[in-house]
Amino acid sequence: MIELLRTYGVYFLIGQFPHGPLGGLALTVLLGAAALVLAFPLGVLLALMRLSASAALRWPVTALVYVVRGTPLLMVIFWAYFFLPSLTGQKTGQFATMLAALVLFDGAYLAEVVRAGIQGLARGQTEAARSLGLSYATTLQRVVLPQVFRNMLPSLVNQFVTTLKDTSLGYIIGLQELSFVASQVNSQVVVHPVAIYGILALLYFALCFGLSRFAYALERRAARVDPEFRAANA
Amino acid sequence: MIDFRNVNKYYGRYHALVDVTETVARGEVVVVCGPSGSGKSTLIRTINRLEEIDSGRIEVDGQDVHRSGIDINRFRSGIGFVFQQFNLFPHRTVLDNCTLAPVHLRGLSGAEARDQALQMLNRVGMADKANAFPAQLSGGQQQRVAIARALVMHPPIMLFDEPTSALDPEMVGEVLLVIRDLAHRGMTLVCVTHEMGFARDVADRVLFMDRGRILERGTTREFFDHPQHERTRRFLADIRSPFGRTDPPSGG
Repeated sequence: MIELLRTYGVYFLIGQFPHGPLGGLALTVLLGAAALVLAFPLGVLLALMRLSASAALRWPVTALVYVVRGTPLLMVIFWAYFFLPSLTGQKTGQFATMLAALVLFDGAYLAEVVRAGIQGLARGQTEAARSLGLSYATTLQRVVLPQVFRNMLPSLVNQFVTTLKDTSLGYIIGLQELSFVASQVNSQVVVHPVAIYGILALLYFALCFGLSRFAYALERRAARVDPEFRAANA
Repeated sequence: MIDFRNVNKYYGRYHALVDVTETVARGEVVVVCGPSGSGKSTLIRTINRLEEIDSGRIEVDGQDVHRSGIDINRFRSGIGFVFQQFNLFPHRTVLDNCTLAPVHLRGLSGAEARDQALQMLNRVGMADKANAFPAQLSGGQQQRVAIARALVMHPPIMLFDEPTSALDPEMVGEVLLVIRDLAHRGMTLVCVTHEMGFARDVADRVLFMDRGRILERGTTREFFDHPQHERTRRFLADIRSPFGRTDPPSGG
């Protein structure tokens, strides 16, 4: 194990960088973070569209949510990677393909979480804000969404962690993220698959555990300043 | 100041407001009462357009409230609305509940908004709880904060939708005292309530609603001493002594 880490540790962490493309754990983190940062606002936007009074806004999002729920992410990645270029005539990079697929998928799932959060919030909250004269946008920003994010934090974190783990599907289109690197190492070393995939498991666990703990700390902090939140989550 | 003309409102096929015509004058205190489901809340909620209407016209200060081009946010900021369920923002402190609207709508600085909010909180006797969160307050305290939150916009009109119905009995008084104080300051008030003692004490006029219509209207004295309709008399009798009725309860 020590020997393995000594030889391949850096490869696990950053892939072939700086002599080749960035890969390994660094690429996984980068991909996961980029997906979260883009999917989250997309999810909020999609949720608002799905709750819109206008059917023209509601319908496409509803359709997207059903399509995303009804297909495996892996299949979408295949489609994006093999069929998109033949349509557009341009080759899409592996990173961009993965990022697009993850953002679309998680955007749709997050939209459902946020929608549930908004619908679960008492109607009176919006009515109170609007009858003070606050606009739709200010009401969302100052009254509705802060409460939705707090109430839905556990579900949001679930989705974030799922996203992080889904980056491993990049393996299938040759993106040199952590899982790809592990399988490369394994095919070179051959005799230590348990150790190699053990390292892989530990690295994923550390990432997801870290994210979960971070979210838990946020919850605790929210509870410290806000007894309503503490009561609701006791 | 508030002018209803032939207002009709339906929920699906249910006729919630039936041809309502009524005028509330500036500085007047009007209590709206009636059995549940009679349209009292719907009526008061159409005034600041929390509910749309299907026909007729509502004017506030000469402004057609349900006109399509109206600047609804600006209009609403001139009408204070107090809910049965208080609807304080649970993630903000008492003070932050009261500064949100003035900062966003009146362009006040944080410090100015704070000063004015504290002044209003003081008026309702809640200044010492400025840094508490709503969940730490009793129902009566929450409702007083809700009133202060509406007052910081200096609205000439205040609407109350059953402000004491969700309160434990011993907290009703503290809220009614605050509302009475506003009435004495000359504000235009419309209050949906079953507190007939309060109505007698504070209201200039009382409207009695039944099945979407204003069945009876009169000065407070007329209303309580000489109610015209049998339905009103029965309602008043039921409210005064629910066990004293001689006839079996009838529908509606």
